[in-house]
Amino acid sequence: MSANFDLAKKSWLPNGKSLVIAVPYIWLLLFFLVPFIIVLKISFSTAAISIPPYTDLLSYVDQSLKITIELGNYLFLTEDKLYWVSYLSSIKIAFTATVLCLLISYPLAYAIARAQPTWRNIFLMLVVLPSWTSFLIRIYAWMGILKNNGYLNNFLIWLGAIDQPIQMLNTNFAVYIGIVYAYMPFMVLPIYTNLVKHDPSLVEASMDLGAPPWKTFLSVTLPLSKNGIVAGSMLVFIPSVGEFVIPELLGGPETLMIGKVLWQEFFSNRDWPVASAVAIIMLTLLVVPILFFHHFQSRELAE
Amino acid sequence: MASTFVDIQGISKQFDDFVTVRSTDLTIQQGELFCLLGASGCGKSTLLRMLAGFETPSQGKIFIDGTDVTSIPSYKRPVNMMFQSYAIFPHMTVEQNIAFGLKQEKNSKAEIRKRVKDILELVEMPELAKRKPHQLSGGQRQRVALARILAKRPKLLLLDEPMAALDKKLREQMQLEVVDILESVNATCVMVTHDQEEAMTMASRIAIMHEGEILQVGTPNDIYELPNCRYTANFIGSVNLFEGKVIEDKADHVLIETAELKKPIFVDHGITGAAGMSVSVAVRPEKIILQREPLDTPYNCASGKVRDIAYLGSHSIYHVELENGKILLVHLSNLERGAGQPTWEETVYLNWHPHSAVVLTQ
Repeated sequence: MSANFDLAKKSWLPNGKSLVIAVPYIWLLLFFLVPFIIVLKISFSTAAISIPPYTDLLSYVDQSLKITIELGNYLFLTEDKLYWVSYLSSIKIAFTATVLCLLISYPLAYAIARAQPTWRNIFLMLVVLPSWTSFLIRIYAWMGILKNNGYLNNFLIWLGAIDQPIQMLNTNFAVYIGIVYAYMPFMVLPIYTNLVKHDPSLVEASMDLGAPPWKTFLSVTLPLSKNGIVAGSMLVFIPSVGEFVIPELLGGPETLMIGKVLWQEFFSNRDWPVASAVAIIMLTLLVVPILFFHHFQSRELAE
Repeated sequence: MASTFVDIQGISKQFDDFVTVRSTDLTIQQGELFCLLGASGCGKSTLLRMLAGFETPSQGKIFIDGTDVTSIPSYKRPVNMMFQSYAIFPHMTVEQNIAFGLKQEKNSKAEIRKRVKDILELVEMPELAKRKPHQLSGGQRQRVALARILAKRPKLLLLDEPMAALDKKLREQMQLEVVDILESVNATCVMVTHDQEEAMTMASRIAIMHEGEILQVGTPNDIYELPNCRYTANFIGSVNLFEGKVIEDKADHVLIETAELKKPIFVDHGITGAAGMSVSVAVRPEKIILQREPLDTPYNCASGKVRDIAYLGSHSIYHVELENGKILLVHLSNLERGAGQPTWEETVYLNWHPHSAVVLTQ
């Protein structure tokens, strides 16, 4: 009898587990899915001089409900070369920055994972610590370092390496520095988490079987850290594609990134529907790497 | 007999200010299965890792087959080690794991394929060649780890606690299987273990290590029957120890008086010592004869009450309490089914042969 009662109770009252799971889902629903649907809706509307500056999809005129889906915004994106060039350029810059970030972060993560356990947390702390100050302030600090009479140019002139300041600020070079700098913790942490779990006897076994250290690294350590590399690369690549602040502050006229185009479309042109279409296309482009990331993430968890 | 294959000369290893191995000399013969046996932290693993080349000795030299390998890195030594965790590469198949070591030697592809196939047949798992390590059982993983090092045809095999990851039943089976495989390839082998049964079953010679030093080297039989010190006698098997003084020291026997027994102990071999010297006498429980009737001998006897009986099937262990409170362990074979054995609180009489006891001076 009591068992039946328990069963009945279970069937219609949510238990603690589902409540705990529900909270993040409700969060995502409210702050991700709803805004996304709003943006999607705007992308199918027409720009108008009104508040808000677009037309409604639904209109009720003469006792008939009309749904107007404007596809022109998307067609416009295909017509104007600027958008495609910006998308490609964003992907190229994000990709290059990700590779640079990987090349710097891997040795760093490796060194931390091989350090004395008591030191590891301190080193990790040092990697994460800069992100405790405002992102904007750190990018401004780079402006101070990279500008023509900034610290880096002054230092190089003092060394005698150059006579004239090199133009570094407002170039793609500065954008790369900014992205690599800002996203490095996202690369270091997953790679570190992966490397620190490796069984040290695997490396010893490889050496024991006759592989010198470099070969051991290439055939044992590197393949085993693949999932960490993929996770870190995706965490850097995905937000870099849509990055706005870094190209805006550190980049120059040559820096073409979709985040900047989107901002201009939104605030300078006040063309919300086209801006929304730009955002939707960007998201669609990023779904591929996100799915890829997700696939590797779940495999990492399974192991 | 066989020639010296591994020669360890005055090896010491110090980590910071902690000495794990102190000035140790050891020679290992060609083709033998040598075992380093000791409790955890005795330095046996460090010694093995120095043979593999993962640790550099603080002092001393290691010769393998006449070559000084002390400063040769692990990847250039003709030595291969099987790890306690097996250290099988999880991202490679069984086949790739075994081929890994062969690829480092610049063998031709056909040669590698042939040797992998042969070795998989030797360990009786050719059908598992394409499996990934996580699809294997513990026993299969151990065989892959063994196959991987055997494929290299090393001059010296090192086994670090080879059976520790297996359950008891499988362990007993694998111990003999591994010995058979090692004998079939005629490899010289050094293994490390803390399990004395494993050492006795597998090894041709055993070294007992304690606090960084080797206390005794010998065949399993020597180690068990003729321990040279109290630590070895206690570490291997169980033993009854009596503390006493030599009262008569002749070439062919010694007589020892002990406060723990009413009568002296007579041992039928001479010792290097003098009358009056303090010694211990070790008598293994299975060498003590337990009787219900008193036996009148001038030495090597005692009487007491049965306090505990541990019935182990094949034999029982009797805990016999002497009048002064000392407990002696005695094995009694269960030759017959059913009752008829001495029981709790019964008075029993113990005695042993003059050649059963061992005098320990250290």
